[in-house]
Amino acid sequence: MELILARLQFATTSIYHFLFVPLTLGLSLLVAIMETMYVRTGNETYKKMTIFWGKLFLINFIMGVVTGIVQEFQFGMNWSGYSRYVGNIFGAPLAVEALVAFFLESTFLGLWIFGWDKLSKKAHVTTIWLVAIASNLSAFWILVANSFMQEPVGYVIKNGHAEMTSFAALLTNPNVWYQFPHTVLAGFTTGAFFVMGISAYHLLRKKHGDFFRRSFNMGLSLGIVSLLLVLVMGHLQTQHLFQAQPMKMAAAEALWNDANPAPFTLVAGIDQKDQSNSFAVQIPSGISFLLYYSLAGGVPGMKTIQAQEAAQYGPGNYIPPVGTVFWSFRVMVAAGGLMLLAVLLAWYYKRKGRLEDKAWLLWAFLWAIPLPYIANIAGWVMAEVGRQPWIVYGLQQVQQAVSPNVSAGAITASLVGFTLLYGLLAVADVYLLTRTAKEGPETEATSKPVTVVEGVSLWN
Amino acid sequence: MELSVLWFFLVTVLFIGFFFLEGFDYGVGILVPLLGRDDTERRLLLNTIGPVWDGNEVWMITAGGAMFAAFPNWYATLFSGFYLALFLLLAALILRGVAIEFRSKRDDLAWRDLWDWLLCAGSLVPALLWGVAMTDLVAGVPIDAGMNYVGSFWNLVTPYALVGGLLTLFVFTFHGSVFLTRKAPRELADRARRTAGRVGGVAILVFLLMIVFSYAKGVIFDKAGAGAVFGVAFLALVLANWLVRKGSTGWAFVLSGLTVAGITLANFWDLFPRVMVSSLNPAWSLTVYNASSAPYTLKIMTITALVMVPIVLVYQGWTYWVFRKRVSTRDLEY
Repeated sequence: MELILARLQFATTSIYHFLFVPLTLGLSLLVAIMETMYVRTGNETYKKMTIFWGKLFLINFIMGVVTGIVQEFQFGMNWSGYSRYVGNIFGAPLAVEALVAFFLESTFLGLWIFGWDKLSKKAHVTTIWLVAIASNLSAFWILVANSFMQEPVGYVIKNGHAEMTSFAALLTNPNVWYQFPHTVLAGFTTGAFFVMGISAYHLLRKKHGDFFRRSFNMGLSLGIVSLLLVLVMGHLQTQHLFQAQPMKMAAAEALWNDANPAPFTLVAGIDQKDQSNSFAVQIPSGISFLLYYSLAGGVPGMKTIQAQEAAQYGPGNYIPPVGTVFWSFRVMVAAGGLMLLAVLLAWYYKRKGRLEDKAWLLWAFLWAIPLPYIANIAGWVMAEVGRQPWIVYGLQQVQQAVSPNVSAGAITASLVGFTLLYGLLAVADVYLLTRTAKEGPETEATSKPVTVVEGVSLWN
Repeated sequence: MELSVLWFFLVTVLFIGFFFLEGFDYGVGILVPLLGRDDTERRLLLNTIGPVWDGNEVWMITAGGAMFAAFPNWYATLFSGFYLALFLLLAALILRGVAIEFRSKRDDLAWRDLWDWLLCAGSLVPALLWGVAMTDLVAGVPIDAGMNYVGSFWNLVTPYALVGGLLTLFVFTFHGSVFLTRKAPRELADRARRTAGRVGGVAILVFLLMIVFSYAKGVIFDKAGAGAVFGVAFLALVLANWLVRKGSTGWAFVLSGLTVAGITLANFWDLFPRVMVSSLNPAWSLTVYNASSAPYTLKIMTITALVMVPIVLVYQGWTYWVFRKRVSTRDLEY
């Protein structure tokens, strides 16, 4: 019972946290580019863009920060068995993240928000670049930590726990170098679709045309590049995962039995109890082709891997919840496909100079804002659920990781508390983002300082 | 010196830095709706910490990360043991951060008022809880032979721990109000000075009670060094109060900071070489030796810290230099 509740709490708080992180990664980069354009061209539109998108960035950023503190604390709170077992290794990247990235990000963000009149233009634009770099650096260290859970390297088991033997091995963990670019590029995609969606809304209303045309185009350029690269990285990562975590990928493909050639399954009716699929729509040789660029090539099924892992780690069930892994993978890929279609269409019509005549496409971009979020969450669900029953692949299972002394009542109380708090904050956050986004950039009249008391003025 | 001992020292330094910086942030947060009579005044008060509060909070994140990396067992026992208290702390910190960032993003006065009070509560709760937690650490809590906390939430809420909580609450609020006398516009600074006088008086009384209580319980004063530091912290608080009354707020701030640092140092001093004291059996206490990471991890962490901490201090210091002037309505952002 405690285990289920602790897992539910981790899922809730982590998914919620990751609603905000990708936008921080992507939007910090876009805002930094906008301000750079302002500094280089002196065009006031770019300054207004920096301020407008910067305001939305800040509303989102703080949600990522405060929910991130929960992430750091909850390993100790709910997963003390895990913390004791791998703290030697897992704690280090978290501490380094704070020292190297989070200090930088927070300090220079403060300078950026309050430094408009106190710093030179060049110094000011440098602060937002440091924020953007630090956010992405932060992602790197977190993914170093997560990669150890996916693919443990550079350790030895000693005195009943894992000890680090090579910090370099942690940093060169192959999983990091697939997962980090994949995650960061997904963040850039999220930022691009956020900017394109809101810009499309204003372009439809034919307001602030120049402002939102420039914004949309910036989002589009970043969106196309990031999406294509995400696709490439995702493909390479999948190939790697078939080697490093075969069970996760066999589950993601609902592949129960060994297959040669292995088909790609589009949809399937999954029966976990019976270890079979009631039906499946498949592309013959699909997986073999993606893995080996050949129509033939063997891929082990879940039953084989189960037998291998049982022989290696002792009796037990090593098959994750297949339906969840299978469908989250498909949801992620489908959302990615839709996004790619949208940016390619936008690119085509923009080249013909007819983008703004295509109201349906602009509407599609507004409604596409959730797509990257869906893909991001689905991707993490696949990565984390696909690793079950392991918390650290091959080293520790979740039931050994959970805090032995925390009662179901305590977890329930905090779970209910977090859910209520997060729910209310989500309402406030969406309300604030929507209102701010709809209002659009400030017009000349409101951006002038208003005198409130003699000799001093107030910027709104 | 063994690296685990060095890391106990570094964790202490991180907590001193955290309480020194975030102490006045909490204090200002508590005072925003209490001192600020209208929206402009509240914005001015908030803007005194506006550019720096988030960077200050990273001291806590770093302290938590350092504990996890250098003392996994300390991190695991403390965080799973103080479970519900930490949940309250997290909820408060979440509300506080969001309140600071959200309050001025809409013109609606009811919206702003709501967030200002959430900021107050979200600053008050952690200011109290940190003192409770620190006092529980030195007083001891039920920990079994397997390093697991076996008490409940109510084992943490003892009268002694509550006095410890009130001590940090009032000292932080005093520290914050002295900070405001330096950073807020003149009229608000004068008001903050009067508040500092009142809050400081209460802080002295609570501190006296804490000294008596600690002495009676044989905590802190069981070690001459820790006791002496605690005494110096008390004297610094008295002197800070006197300086506030005299109007030398700059030195008062130095001394209120010294009070915060002294209280923290005394607690960690008393703790050493233990990191968590078992009230069930002294042999079951966690120490820097049985709670720490292996030497290799500590070596990596030491190198990182030695390189990064000075860099962080330089750019954070530079931020304070950039925003060294009193806040005016000319540069409001929050």
